[in-house]
Amino acid sequence: MARPSFFGLLLIAPAWAMIGGLFLYPLGFSLIAAFTEPGGGLSLMHFQKAYELYSTDILFTIFIVIVSTLLTGLFAIVIAGILTLSETPWLVTALRNLYRWPLFIPFIVAAQCMRTFLAKNGLMNNSFVALGLMEPLQTTSLLDWRGIIITFVWKQVPFVTLMLAGAMASVDRATIEAGRNLGASRLRVLIELVLPQVAQTLLVGLVLSFVTMLSVLSVPMMVAGSQPTMLTVDMAFRINSYGDYATANALGVISYVIAGTVAWIYLRHNIKREVQA
Amino acid sequence: MSGEAPLLPARAEPLTLVDPASDVPRRSASSGTRARFWSLGSTGLKIVGLAIFAFLLFGPLANLALWSVAERWYTPFKLPVSYGMRYWEVVFRPTGDAMASLATSISIACLTVLVALTVSVPAGYALARLRLPWRTALMILFLLPQAFPSVAIYINVARVFYSLGLTGTITGVVLVHAAHGLVYSVWIAAAAFAAIDRDLELAARNIGASPLRTFFTVTLPLAAPGIMASAIFVFLESLDEFTGTFFVGVPQVTTLPLLLYNASMGGNYQIASITALILLVPSVLFMIVIERFLKADVLSKVGQ
Repeated sequence: MARPSFFGLLLIAPAWAMIGGLFLYPLGFSLIAAFTEPGGGLSLMHFQKAYELYSTDILFTIFIVIVSTLLTGLFAIVIAGILTLSETPWLVTALRNLYRWPLFIPFIVAAQCMRTFLAKNGLMNNSFVALGLMEPLQTTSLLDWRGIIITFVWKQVPFVTLMLAGAMASVDRATIEAGRNLGASRLRVLIELVLPQVAQTLLVGLVLSFVTMLSVLSVPMMVAGSQPTMLTVDMAFRINSYGDYATANALGVISYVIAGTVAWIYLRHNIKREVQA
Repeated sequence: MSGEAPLLPARAEPLTLVDPASDVPRRSASSGTRARFWSLGSTGLKIVGLAIFAFLLFGPLANLALWSVAERWYTPFKLPVSYGMRYWEVVFRPTGDAMASLATSISIACLTVLVALTVSVPAGYALARLRLPWRTALMILFLLPQAFPSVAIYINVARVFYSLGLTGTITGVVLVHAAHGLVYSVWIAAAAFAAIDRDLELAARNIGASPLRTFFTVTLPLAAPGIMASAIFVFLESLDEFTGTFFVGVPQVTTLPLLLYNASMGGNYQIASITALILLVPSVLFMIVIERFLKADVLSKVGQ
């Protein structure tokens, strides 16, 4: 093995400095702010305060993000499964052209769409009433935790589906044909033959979605205004209303822990897979 | 449909009463009908499913479009009371807030692309071609700003920037956007350089070109489509970025997403919807052209 290229390190240094200055340094800053008390010693007092004030929101955030991730996975499996296994060409073509639309739509635009669509007199309820599926008095606003979940799923399903459909397309067709020839239904082929082969891709997509949803500020602010709300909104509120960096950073560390737990599950799964291989 | 109806009773006929000779053709006829019935039913089911899917997919966007042309729309009415382009005029008035925000957004996005490419083209080349220690760790490092709860990072960036006098400045916002987009520009640039056939560079060196000249006349032009794709990614990422601007840019820097947010929270749905539609244009265009820039050979090397 040749020795590392000094020139290469020189080339990568500016990019590395940027990450260091704009990510690692502020990260260190947030950890220090979260764990130091006003006098200067180490303490967990900010976490205690964060927990007292926002324990509901912590649970709320975890609940929303987990449910959204699971639903995203479910819908992505269904769509990618149809794209891979369906024997109806027109359905595949139509679905392939449809599902990608929200992929590059910014979260804030999605939030604005849903803010009007899911409202009590939004287009969704109005359409249901016009179709006779609902009485005007039965309509309710979905602009609470349900709205957040719907927006997240709407926005993230195309991303996970894109990854999953790509992985499914590279699965050996012969195994699928063999399963079908032996009389397995398409659902069974999907669950028992295809999914295990693409589980890795699905997991990566879901972990990335999970962390993305955990970090979005605009959707919970715009879709669900009232309490309880997500941690991102609480952090912004602590900063903008009180200039309270300590509690905000304690909440930040809690969100790192949530994201870190998921990353740890992913890594553990990976290591187990490598040991088996 | 009506032509098939008389055949249906055949299915109900008890098989024991049918004499063996006629059993075979009749059963196949009935199963053919059943198959047709099933396929018709499943086709109907597929159409209904697709319609529901399309409604859920495009309904929110349709509502956005409706709001952008609704001059008056209040509660008991299912559709806008009166339509008009009045708010489009308000938005596109040259002196309006929206035009100023659009200009701010686009200049920030262009500067972000410039900064990101300046640091990531050399970094991408180094990652693709030169021997680096802990290469995987270095690659993952660029992913971190994306794969981390970003709000907590941005509030601290804002705090650091405040002491440097960078909050509320274009420079501050550009730096935040560039760091966030770096994962795309570095990863895609590295993939683009890795996809280039090394023999072409060696050929240029053989006929006497200097390493620098080889890079600028052979390597860089070959990597250009991939780098272009990464530039588009960074541009869009910057154009759509909300959280970082929200903490670092306020109150002086108002980009389109911030204008959208302020209009929406202020109850001005028309302005918010028109701003959202402006933001949608590049996103949708990009979705259509991405495959032209990101070739499969580059795509297969992303993240490696």
